[in-house]
Amino acid sequence: MFEGWDAITLARAQFAFTMSFHIVFPAFSIGLASYLAVLEALWLWTGREVFINLFNYWLKIFAVAFGMGVVSGIVMSYQFGTNWAVFSDKAGPVVGPLMAYEVLTAFFLEAGFLGVMLFGLERVGHRLHFLATLMVAIGTLISAFWILSANSWMQTPAGYAVNAEGQFVPVDWLKVIFNPSFPYRLVHMVLAAYLTTALVVGAVGAFHLLRDQHLPGPRVMFSMAMWMATLVAPIQIVAGDQHGLNTLAHQPAKVMAMEGHYQSHKDGAPLVLFGLPDQAVGKVRYSIEIPKLSSLVLKHSLDAPLAGLDTVPRENWPPVPIIFWTFRTMVGLGFLILGLGLFSLWARWRGTLYQSRLLQRFALAMGPAGFAAVLAGWFTTEVGRQPFLVYGVLRTAESASPLAAPAVGSSLLSFVIAYFIVYAAGLTYLFRLMAQPPYHGEQGPSGDMPAHAAGITPAVGAAAEGAAR
Amino acid sequence: MTGIVDIATIWAFIIAFAVFVYVVMDGFDLGLGLLFPLFPEKADRDVIMNSVAPVWDGNETWLVLGGGGLMAAFPLAYAVLMPALYTPMVAMLIGLIFRGVAFEFRWRTKQSPRNRWDIAFAGGSLLAALAQGIALGAILQGVRVEGRHYAGGWWDWLTPFSILTGVALAIGYALLGATWLVMKAEGGLRDKAYRLSWFLLFAMLGAIGAVSIATPFLHVQYTERWFSWPNVILTAPVPIAVAAVTALLLRGLANKWDYQPFLLSLLLFALSYAGLGISMYPYIVPQSITIWQAASPENSQLFMLVGVAGLIPLILGYTAWAYWVFRGKVRPGSGYH
Repeated sequence: MFEGWDAITLARAQFAFTMSFHIVFPAFSIGLASYLAVLEALWLWTGREVFINLFNYWLKIFAVAFGMGVVSGIVMSYQFGTNWAVFSDKAGPVVGPLMAYEVLTAFFLEAGFLGVMLFGLERVGHRLHFLATLMVAIGTLISAFWILSANSWMQTPAGYAVNAEGQFVPVDWLKVIFNPSFPYRLVHMVLAAYLTTALVVGAVGAFHLLRDQHLPGPRVMFSMAMWMATLVAPIQIVAGDQHGLNTLAHQPAKVMAMEGHYQSHKDGAPLVLFGLPDQAVGKVRYSIEIPKLSSLVLKHSLDAPLAGLDTVPRENWPPVPIIFWTFRTMVGLGFLILGLGLFSLWARWRGTLYQSRLLQRFALAMGPAGFAAVLAGWFTTEVGRQPFLVYGVLRTAESASPLAAPAVGSSLLSFVIAYFIVYAAGLTYLFRLMAQPPYHGEQGPSGDMPAHAAGITPAVGAAAEGAAR
Repeated sequence: MTGIVDIATIWAFIIAFAVFVYVVMDGFDLGLGLLFPLFPEKADRDVIMNSVAPVWDGNETWLVLGGGGLMAAFPLAYAVLMPALYTPMVAMLIGLIFRGVAFEFRWRTKQSPRNRWDIAFAGGSLLAALAQGIALGAILQGVRVEGRHYAGGWWDWLTPFSILTGVALAIGYALLGATWLVMKAEGGLRDKAYRLSWFLLFAMLGAIGAVSIATPFLHVQYTERWFSWPNVILTAPVPIAVAAVTALLLRGLANKWDYQPFLLSLLLFALSYAGLGISMYPYIVPQSITIWQAASPENSQLFMLVGVAGLIPLILGYTAWAYWVFRGKVRPGSGYH
């Protein structure tokens, strides 16, 4: 099998496949961990039962999603060595320590407190349990910090030298960590994670409100999610714009591909709304353009000249058609999310937030929009870095392991089969959990567990009722 | 080669420590998976799963530290070994996927007596355990290196020796799992775990013996390392200590001291692991790449050393707290609502 295939293409397909299936879970669990911390804080503060019910409801969903994120994440951390050995050898001294710090400061923190968060409420008491929830939430954010620093270094490498063996070696760690694109990417991704979670929470709330608009749990989660969309979507659009300007400064070819600018424009570049980029010919066919708008967006001047890919050597062109469309998908979804937020604000002002079936149907339809936008955004930035793995200095084609195509193809096939089984089941269970509304006296994951002999065992529900009184 | 305690040596010990902590901590998780088919009753299986459900994720994180740390501190070794161990690594990852999701998924099915995620748990654990043992054997027997690359094929790892180490590690994990269960279970489940521990202890001793006899045949260097004078002064205590720990283990099992068998099994693992270290040092890819050749620049290793020195004690601290929270025997059934 796979004899006639290109090993590098298979390795890239494997990375794209395993990464795409992985990233949706961190995107969800970063936001959900913070949401859980907020819910538990609100419960401890107000004592209202609805908050602990929502907490336990989303905790079970978090447990399933987090587990899937963990197992698909371990695949990523070993894939650098198995499929991209040359990259590991060359970039390991710079990228490796960033990932090691992610393990030390984030993964252990999350894993160490996860057990207490999931199963320990009745064993450690409210305060310590809240601390555990907080540690898990903070852990997910620290994890985002390091992995986005590592990824950003590959996009905009800084603070390094090259040694006699051809390895990248760190010279200035602060410049490595806080490389030029990192702050923008970090903000953009964390906001994306929060929006993604808000859209899922909002869709689940809407689903149950469409059946019964008086349910207390769905009302609270729907309202909270819509506030999130209203407030964060505009911030995200500004953050995305700033990220784009940063990319223009450091990775101009990526922006040219996003914009569909094969040609340079001396006095004002048009904004290409749609069209069919033709990589072979080097032009966008059937393009619908708004004159000079791209120069206005990117240079804040209608007549500013803007260079195109005709200024970039052909062998350094990223594949424009993919980036052109994934970028438009991301931006389009971003504005749809903004629209949802504004619609909900209007409904809230009119007092029909829980009654507007149109709004709830819209929110339900937007449930997966965050995931789609995250994937589209990552495809834009990762494909936009091509043909380089470390931008400008290490080519993807020169980074792979010395493996024959059958090896890479067989492992790709194995992962595809395994992921389809595991993800099909996992999504089924997640949907099944979400299809039930949160109940009065909702149990967390510990409700499924036999109790341990040691420790006190008042049921979580009893604790919730006690606090509610 | 510089002085006795240079930073590359320190890092070799840190990576070795991370891998060892992974081996024993996830070892008993995986061992429980291996023993799962022997416990067909759902109530028993629930207790077994719940004895590790709150801690397995933390246990597995040491594997990420071992792999990530290897890439950061010894990138050349990571870049050579991972392609050399390609098939066992992919098999291990797939095994760990099925094993890992089973912890949550088995509660989310309709709880039929034949839960398909129980099969995933047992099968995934077996695949991961065998793959790890095979990887160990493949490292010990050495890999083909040219320049800075692995130069062999993707089935080079498959030899009788690597199969032997694969089976040996699976037996060892099963012993850790059985003695863990002795510590955490009560009643009939504990009794059965005791019976399994007896059998598995003798199997483990057989496995240690077989691997110890086979290893010197791989490379003459291993033989010299263990049997030449004056090395033997340093190496002889290892088998003597194995004998002593075995004697204590037998006593603990005979007297039914619930905590001793598990803790002594950990010690048995530590001794076997020390034996491996004695065979390999100072190579990180046996007989071809030393830790100094593979080391990343001092600037990288120092930067991480600061973090390790500060954070590992903290991690061990809160991990110990998590174990303390879930201490004691796991009682069946009583928590259902």
